[in-house]
Amino acid sequence: MGALKTIARRTFLIGSAAIAGGVAFGIYKVKQDPANPLLETAKSGEAVFNPWVMIDGERITLITPHTDLGQGAESMQAALIAEELDLDFGQFETSVGVPAAAYWNTAMAGDAAPFKSTDDSFTAETTRSVMGGVFKLIGMQGTGGSSSVPDSFDKLRMAGAVARETLKAAVAKNWDVPVGELKTAEGTVILPDGTALKYTEVAALAAEIEPVEDVALRDPSEWRLIGSQMRRLDIVGKSTGALKYGIDLDIEGMVHATVKVNPRQGGVMNAYDASDAEKMFGVIKVLPVTNGVAVVAENTWYAFQAVDAISFDWGAAPYPAEQADHWLAVADSFTGERLDKVWREDGDPDAALSGDVVEAEYRAPYLAHAPLEPLNAVVKVTEEGVDIWVSHQIPRIAQQQVAAITGHETEQVKLHGQYAGGSFGHRLEFDNVRLAAEIANQMRGTPVKLTYSREEDFAHDYPRQISMARGRGAVKDGKVEAYDLSIASVSSSASQIGRIGMSMPGPDAQIPAGAWNLPYAVPNFRVSAYRVPELAPTSSWRSVGASSAGFFADCLLDELIHVAGADPLEERLRLCTHDLARKALEAVGEMSVWGGDLGPDRGRGVAFVNSFGVPCAEVVEVTNTPDGIKIDKVFVAAEVGTVVDPIAFDNQVKGGVVWALGHAMNCELTYADGIAEQSNYHAFEAMRMYQCPQIEVRGLENGDSVRGVGEPPVPPAAAALANAIFAATGKRLREMPFNKHIDFV
Amino acid sequence: MKIIVNGETHDVAVAPDMPLLWVLRDELKLTGTKYGCGIAQCGACTVHIDGVAVRSCQMPIGDLEGEVTTIEGLGQPETLHAVQEAWIKHQVAQCGYCQSGQIMAAASFLDTNPDPNDEDIDRAMSANLCRCGTYPRIREAVKTAASSLRGA
Repeated sequence: MGALKTIARRTFLIGSAAIAGGVAFGIYKVKQDPANPLLETAKSGEAVFNPWVMIDGERITLITPHTDLGQGAESMQAALIAEELDLDFGQFETSVGVPAAAYWNTAMAGDAAPFKSTDDSFTAETTRSVMGGVFKLIGMQGTGGSSSVPDSFDKLRMAGAVARETLKAAVAKNWDVPVGELKTAEGTVILPDGTALKYTEVAALAAEIEPVEDVALRDPSEWRLIGSQMRRLDIVGKSTGALKYGIDLDIEGMVHATVKVNPRQGGVMNAYDASDAEKMFGVIKVLPVTNGVAVVAENTWYAFQAVDAISFDWGAAPYPAEQADHWLAVADSFTGERLDKVWREDGDPDAALSGDVVEAEYRAPYLAHAPLEPLNAVVKVTEEGVDIWVSHQIPRIAQQQVAAITGHETEQVKLHGQYAGGSFGHRLEFDNVRLAAEIANQMRGTPVKLTYSREEDFAHDYPRQISMARGRGAVKDGKVEAYDLSIASVSSSASQIGRIGMSMPGPDAQIPAGAWNLPYAVPNFRVSAYRVPELAPTSSWRSVGASSAGFFADCLLDELIHVAGADPLEERLRLCTHDLARKALEAVGEMSVWGGDLGPDRGRGVAFVNSFGVPCAEVVEVTNTPDGIKIDKVFVAAEVGTVVDPIAFDNQVKGGVVWALGHAMNCELTYADGIAEQSNYHAFEAMRMYQCPQIEVRGLENGDSVRGVGEPPVPPAAAALANAIFAATGKRLREMPFNKHIDFV
Repeated sequence: MKIIVNGETHDVAVAPDMPLLWVLRDELKLTGTKYGCGIAQCGACTVHIDGVAVRSCQMPIGDLEGEVTTIEGLGQPETLHAVQEAWIKHQVAQCGYCQSGQIMAAASFLDTNPDPNDEDIDRAMSANLCRCGTYPRIREAVKTAASSLRGA
């Protein structure tokens, strides 16, 4: 529990010598406690223990700053606080709070550092900590990178424990009772005579004393909530239509808007003619925005209709107009000049590959995020400040972006975080917030709700990176002897960070993510990454680099194991050097009864990828029917240290598998004339219910570090499917989407 | 134009070609019915017209005949419909944005087929898209709801 102590004492002992640049300043800043964002709004009578708990005379509010995108972050954060604070569900309210630097995310920064997440060495840990400091400086209250659980697990339990002990200390002082004789349960402090004092009754007293910070966390054997089946806080609202998403908001005096921006991403608007649109029923006004036009109307549908009646003269795309040229640019990047980094080199791959060599080339296309709730934002601008109602994964930067547009100070921009109808990385971008601010800034005093049409949302999705891999390998005596994987990809990280005016020094750790950290002792092993120059702008898509690199890496290994004549699971286990990975592989072997007879026309494939610190193994079973491939069953074993919320865990893992298999089967985003060709779900189907396999999930708790599971189940699924299809048909699928090469039923 | 939604009559003054979806959402403020695609591909906008599941994004208000039921009319938190109860019991929702439409589709389907097998469920529910991948739980919830409705 070393990390816990550092958090409790706010003394982040980070390796300053190892990092140049702003870190010295960073260390000074990091050592300062971020300003408590709730203090400025705390009223007299409220005890503010820390940024995560508020108790007043009437209610207990737990602050859950990680955005709930559907993954259950709200309930998970509340449960961690409630565990230590001895609260039951139903005894507190939650609030996303005010976006602030105090809610910085250590875990997300940790995974950005270029160390394998299986690497627990001092250098790796130190560098992760320093990266935490860097992110803290920019006030990165981020939700993403499967980081909400690891970021919250210690901090929020500590918040609950500090609150609990401070309440007890206040009662001890005022009732003149030794603190050791006090207990807490169900939102009360219990006196030795059995009298139960509600937290809300003693909150004001607790405000008068210094918080008790030297507290110990409870042993897992005492947990009431963590690991138990909890009913997520939003489940009734989401089953009755009562829960409001950002797109559902209705602010007094609000008008409805939509936009059409040059569908060639980043291209300019040369001219437009809105004379017909301006006369249409329900239209209030037509306004210019960056590279496009907004229609403001009395109703969303009037705005949609009117924007379609505008004629545009769009400028060219700042990237190749045709998809074939994107692929060409990727294929041309396997050069010394484009080498980003050789991430791992064991043995002597060149010597080992001088004889008979197996070669294969793989491809992974651009993919849209397309969460079901289209992008939207409500913005109201006045002289005094700006209000934004939106669901966003990095709200602090959204505030900064809007301040720059309206000319206010960032502190004058309030962001009211909303529930999201999915994200998968989509709500890391700022276009919707910026455009809503541009419109509202031209209509000061009037709240403006911007709603994207589905078509606009597809056109302005910043897709998953496009990438290719070239693999070579050799086998000897029934074993895999050499493995050499070269991955060429655009950098979605650099593209994304570039759009907020920042640069990313050094190589992009996402290009080889899930590939270079394969836990296998192949005697001669190399993974190299090549950086393709920016093509279409890209962004983080659920599991980021590992969604493509993990597929390439495991499929190449599977091909080599087949050539060696070995069993796919047994050879992986023979090569495996990482204990937690081995246990995950063994678990799916057991769950799927690996080796058992499947019957005619059937096949199974196994795959393993470690992404976001989660060793995850999957087995897929398929049937080769006369009409195409049917995916029958999937088995998943994921190592997360501690399963905090078993139902959310099960939901996230199954959802990740459905996400991965659906896109691997039939989705890609392609460009023609500089415009994404897929404009709605008819051309971007993913998985439907009739194709959904049975999915069996096992959470493993063998490791020490607690991890999130939003992304890790994604990367192995496509590889396990391709490997299963090979087992059933003898056909290797090396390019996603697979329906380019084989039918699915 | 007069329309009946969840048992209440509303007078709406909008263009007759406006889809029912937008009348519900922007005029009547019944936002439980969702906009997902606008082209009948996702099912998020599913409502009942005289008890039958319909894509409200494809129903011009001027052509509407019959009484509309939305997710709000199917059941409120205090008066849940059996399908909603099953959705809560199985904790189906992740982001939840598609679930109003899923629930409305399931309720209408179970009206016509009270004892469906797995294949029936898959066929009936495949027109509703869920990007979070809650399909395994939807299957279970539909079975629970079917059994509960048969027992009622």
